[in-house]
Amino acid sequence: MASVPAVLTSEWTKIRTVSSTTWTLICAFAVTVALSAALCALTNSQFDDLPDAERATFDPTLVSFSGMILGQLAMVVFGVLVVGTEYSSGMIRTSLAAVPRRATFLFSKIAVAGVLALAVGLATSFASFFLGQALLGDHRTDLGADNVLRAVFGGGVYMGLIAVFSMGVAAILRSSMLSLGILMPFFFLVSQILSAVPGAKNVARYFPDQAGSKIMQVVPEAMNSEPAPYGPWGGLGILLAWVVAAVAGGYLVLKKRDA
Amino acid sequence: MIELEGLTKRFGDKVAVDHLTFQVRPGMVTGFLGPNGAGKSTTMRMMLDLDNPTSGTVRIDGRHYHELDEPLKYIGALLDAKSMHGGRSAYNNLLCLAQSNRIPTSRVAEVLDMVGLGAVARKKSKGFSLGMGQRLGIASALLGDPEILMFDEPVNGLDPEGIHWIRNLMKALAGEGRTIFVSSHLMSEMALTADHLIVIGQGRLLADTSMADFIHDNSRSYVRLRSPQQERLRDVLREEGLTAVEAGEGALEIDGATTEALGELAARHGIVLHELSSQRASLEEAFMQMTAGSVEYHAHSEHDGAPPPPAGPRWGGEWDRSPGGVSDHGKGA
Repeated sequence: MASVPAVLTSEWTKIRTVSSTTWTLICAFAVTVALSAALCALTNSQFDDLPDAERATFDPTLVSFSGMILGQLAMVVFGVLVVGTEYSSGMIRTSLAAVPRRATFLFSKIAVAGVLALAVGLATSFASFFLGQALLGDHRTDLGADNVLRAVFGGGVYMGLIAVFSMGVAAILRSSMLSLGILMPFFFLVSQILSAVPGAKNVARYFPDQAGSKIMQVVPEAMNSEPAPYGPWGGLGILLAWVVAAVAGGYLVLKKRDA
Repeated sequence: MIELEGLTKRFGDKVAVDHLTFQVRPGMVTGFLGPNGAGKSTTMRMMLDLDNPTSGTVRIDGRHYHELDEPLKYIGALLDAKSMHGGRSAYNNLLCLAQSNRIPTSRVAEVLDMVGLGAVARKKSKGFSLGMGQRLGIASALLGDPEILMFDEPVNGLDPEGIHWIRNLMKALAGEGRTIFVSSHLMSEMALTADHLIVIGQGRLLADTSMADFIHDNSRSYVRLRSPQQERLRDVLREEGLTAVEAGEGALEIDGATTEALGELAARHGIVLHELSSQRASLEEAFMQMTAGSVEYHAHSEHDGAPPPPAGPRWGGEWDRSPGGVSDHGKGA
């Protein structure tokens, strides 16, 4: 059995020597921070026009993460490409010939890419928070306030977990195009739309992104949102369950199917 | 040493590899021969534990592939030229592999120079020609300085200079006592490189023999004679009970007699000979003969409604019947 540190080193080399890593992660950071900043500035200038209910449950922390809806898509692309290009390039056979233990191979890859995504996620959430609060003027909060640090830290963890979830899905589907074709519309459209439809709402709130993003709320029912049957940590737990299921599924597919 | 025992692979109803049992021994080049779709690539992928066999086992020096500690140091393989990430440089592609098996980084530049890619080591491999991709694959096989090397159709896409190079490389590696296993559907290529032959057709083992034995067993050997006194020569041969076949340009071909016997026979009767040579069919001809047998068999069975095929070796049938229509599971997936 090949040694785990050696495989981790190898996977790190794989990640740092392709250009897609750089541009997807920069995108995730830049889009989230820029869009959140823009929305914070807009909210600040139009705060008095907000409906009463929203003003009563105003959550400055959550507003400073509003760009993540778009920014997380870049994280999805990063996660999908890390695993999917092994298949699209044909590299998978070379990789598995070098590291025949499927568990060592897949979990090392996900560990390295996951830690990188988490680091970029945390940088993104903190940058987004500080820039957002600066633009919110009088309505801002600070890191010392109750639950704010949990929300900011949670935002970074959320982005990292979304990337790992995408890696699991790509390992199950064994194709970048197919994975992106399913995940992008899911996160950008389906999940957002279903969460607004009365009947589907109860199901949609258990989707990975809907549940996971709960960790970023400081005010319960923030911005007059629907009350959820789980708290911030419960929501993160639901996302984590999705991640575990996707990665386990990916592992089973890799183990059972011919490369 | 690679040992296959009863190796079988089914894809649904189709049996791609059918109870293959053979050994690949060190110190020689073993050719793995069969037409397209015979199951060569599938067999090689099962040897590397990439595909799961339906039944049977493969052992590398007595162990399963997945039990090998840092497998690239035991066995290097070229499966197909497109098995690298195009967006990564040749150097970085090999670096990932080297690191995973704790092979010194300096070895990467060494093998790239060895295969003649030293100058393009930092170029992205997606710009590589088929031949360059093949060389990169060969470099990755050599990376761990393994005792066993496997090449699947290595001459594909190589120019004549490249073909000459890979041929000599394989012979040199075998000369160092390594185990070389190389697949091809080109008989002429095998004739120049292989010492031992494994022939399969429709997933079944047809022959496991030395190159010389294979040719001897599967081809006609005959003697070619030319004489200005052809009429007399024919009479003498007929008296001896030998059949001579006219071969054009005044030459005769005789089956079932040695050059020694024929030379002495001519001398006894005072017949002048201009040519007396032993002819042996090439590997290509031997291989064609094998294929021809199966074609004949199939034509027969289709038109006459013959009884079901005997258990004996037959091959190439499906491949002949529907050219291009048979999916090669070996190349797919």
